[in-house]
Amino acid sequence: MTTIITRESAEDQGVGVKKAGGFTASAANYIDERTSISGAVKELGRKIFPDHWSFLLGEVALYSFVIILLSGSFLTFFFQASMAEVVYNGSYAPLKGIPMSAAMSSTMDISFDVRGGLLMRQVHHWAALLFVAAIGLHMLRIYFTGAFRKPRELNWVIGFILFILAMAEGFTGYSLPDDLLSGNGLRIIDGLIKGIPVVGTWVSFLLFGGEFPGTDIVGRLYSLHILLLPAIIVALIAMHLLFVVVHKHTQYPAAGHTNQNVVGYPVLPVYAAKAGGFFFIVFGVVMLIASLFTINPIWNYGPYDPSPVSAGTQPDWYIGFADGAMRLIPTGWEFVWLNHTYSLNILVVLIVVGLFIVTVMVYPFIEAWITGDKREHHVLDRPRNAPTRTAIGAAGVTFYASLWAAASSDIMATHFHLTMEGVIHTLQATTLLGPFLAFFIAKRVCLALQKKDREIVLHGYESGRIVRLPGGEFVEVHQPVDEYERWKLVSYSDFKPLMLRPNAQGKIGPAEKVRAGLSRWFFEDRITPVTQAELNQAHGDHPAEITDK
Amino acid sequence: MTTIKTPRARRPRKTGRRHPLASVALIAIGLLFTGGAYVAFSSSTAVATTDASSQQTIAQGEKLFAANCATCHGLSAQGSSEGPSLIGVGAASVDFQVGTGRMPMQMQGPQAQKKPVQFTAEQTAALAAYVASLAPGPGIPAAELLDAAGDAATGAELFRINCAMCHNVAGAGGALTEGKFAPAIENVSAQHIYEAMITGPQNMPVFNDMNISPEDKRDIITYLKYVEDNPSPGGLALGSLGPVAEGLFIWIFGLGAIVALTVWITAKSN
Repeated sequence: MTTIITRESAEDQGVGVKKAGGFTASAANYIDERTSISGAVKELGRKIFPDHWSFLLGEVALYSFVIILLSGSFLTFFFQASMAEVVYNGSYAPLKGIPMSAAMSSTMDISFDVRGGLLMRQVHHWAALLFVAAIGLHMLRIYFTGAFRKPRELNWVIGFILFILAMAEGFTGYSLPDDLLSGNGLRIIDGLIKGIPVVGTWVSFLLFGGEFPGTDIVGRLYSLHILLLPAIIVALIAMHLLFVVVHKHTQYPAAGHTNQNVVGYPVLPVYAAKAGGFFFIVFGVVMLIASLFTINPIWNYGPYDPSPVSAGTQPDWYIGFADGAMRLIPTGWEFVWLNHTYSLNILVVLIVVGLFIVTVMVYPFIEAWITGDKREHHVLDRPRNAPTRTAIGAAGVTFYASLWAAASSDIMATHFHLTMEGVIHTLQATTLLGPFLAFFIAKRVCLALQKKDREIVLHGYESGRIVRLPGGEFVEVHQPVDEYERWKLVSYSDFKPLMLRPNAQGKIGPAEKVRAGLSRWFFEDRITPVTQAELNQAHGDHPAEITDK
Repeated sequence: MTTIKTPRARRPRKTGRRHPLASVALIAIGLLFTGGAYVAFSSSTAVATTDASSQQTIAQGEKLFAANCATCHGLSAQGSSEGPSLIGVGAASVDFQVGTGRMPMQMQGPQAQKKPVQFTAEQTAALAAYVASLAPGPGIPAAELLDAAGDAATGAELFRINCAMCHNVAGAGGALTEGKFAPAIENVSAQHIYEAMITGPQNMPVFNDMNISPEDKRDIITYLKYVEDNPSPGGLALGSLGPVAEGLFIWIFGLGAIVALTVWITAKSN
């Protein structure tokens, strides 16, 4: 049995009630008398969190970040963010006597000569990959359940900025060891920057302190990586969590779940114990992976040298979509105009990827404008109950996934015995056409599922039991859906396309026309939830034995 | 205890018997021979083939060639529309192509692929001797170049600069255009690696001795054998494929495990 505790009943749980006697009680009292912390414990300790696995994805991201902070601090004790040339003389034989930057040399020392250094490097890097992956999955959950709706639009934006910052952290970190792979990555960034008309070359020289690669970039990225970006991330995480507390947690539609309550466990004691324990589980998984699997073997890559580029040079997965976008651009998109070269192959990528990112970031406002919905939503949508949103999401995922897959075009070609050109052309097609196909399929699947839900609510499940009625008629008995399940199936908000209405001046502006058009596109195909009247009528249609239990 | 006669002990007698100009003449003869050999095989090593090139071996190789290779390469190895001429490709080329199973080719495709070897070592040597007898070409490398006891650091650097753009820094292989690819260099014998460098099989360029000296080739082999013999210090290497394998791993196994655990944590007790 699940104990359902609402906020009102949590007050009876004895949280924060002082007991006479005992060391714990007197210690707690000592602290409370000096900090008045009981107020906060009372407020936070009784906060209710609903229980669902998908609500823990954000926690996974948070915990990965904590692991990154811990392992990263360890790495700073030994890393030298300098591009001064030294001759490596550490334990790894195939690099002995090779000149390299102090950054690379110290990373080699961390890997081979500092006790536990390689493990910490691998923990740091694996946790970073997990961090961004968990953020991605968390965002997908938020998107497809409509958790970004009022009042949480701003928290979506904060979360999205965190996603971008996490990628920035990842990229700056990837570039620090100054190995061949990171140098190749920086060269691509340098090329991207130089492809921007007018300012590109200036910005590149500013960033690298002269011609690429220069001797400044590692130190500069290090400042960003360990100081500025983490500080902003910590501040935004604090805001993100504060908003979660202020807004209260969302919950999935289920019997008794409304926009006015939160059904779940209080933070103290159950949820705090679960969440605290979960931190160690995540830490354990990361440690296990880091101790068993190599990540970023810089000893293979060797020190950065602008001439070699290894086969299979890719960015870490979260930058893959941008790398893939560049691989998908057909050849010959540069042109010369007024004695200047314009690199459309780079500009188009920057513009398309930039637009995609901005669109995802402001999506909650776009949808709110189209629907005109000003209500607060604390009960999540089941993805099928918002077919157009789900379809847009599916299209976005397909687009992103195509770009992402393109970053591994060479690996796909060798491992599946395909031609490189075939892989690229296929992915070009899926990038351009895939989103439309995904939109159509996802929307139809959602509508079909909604129809199925309607059918179940109205007529119950097919039981397979055929009964012969006294009059000789055969009917299949339908098992009626229970009330808890029915609540879930019928409680969603129904939208109709907006009506075009003239404003105070009696005019219909172009913006309103666009809005009405988008609203029609959003809601013209819809399955309305079953009403009480329909339910009564449906049950009236059927023999009494079906509704009788 | 037996006394060991060192060469130094004999040296005075030797020099005593030589003419004062003997060493000068020796150097002159040496230079003449080296220069002559260099002119003869200007772009490739001419490591002398062993006694395999006896007339009998060559005759055996010719028969094998006629039976197995001539369909594409022509009866006198002159080449046809199906396969290139083998005149002048040398014994090294035959030893590589036949010794790794690439030849006889299974089917026409973007490039000949490695497969189980079709001939015994003796037959391969006979084929090599026959092809080498047609015209001079790169020979089978000497054993002292294949001992993988050179300088791994130099080899690694040369490998990164010359080879890694196709074969990947760890020799894990990579893609080329039109379905061609640079194969992984794991578990390839030192001799075949060396031969690949001097003959440039499939789409590989030739790295002759002016480009990469025999000692440098030995260093490259040393590095590749080092990578092969020493497992990755960080644990399982995930194919040494770089960030793609790592990303795939964290999404499927890392995040997969985490999601399974979140489901377990939030599962309702029965």
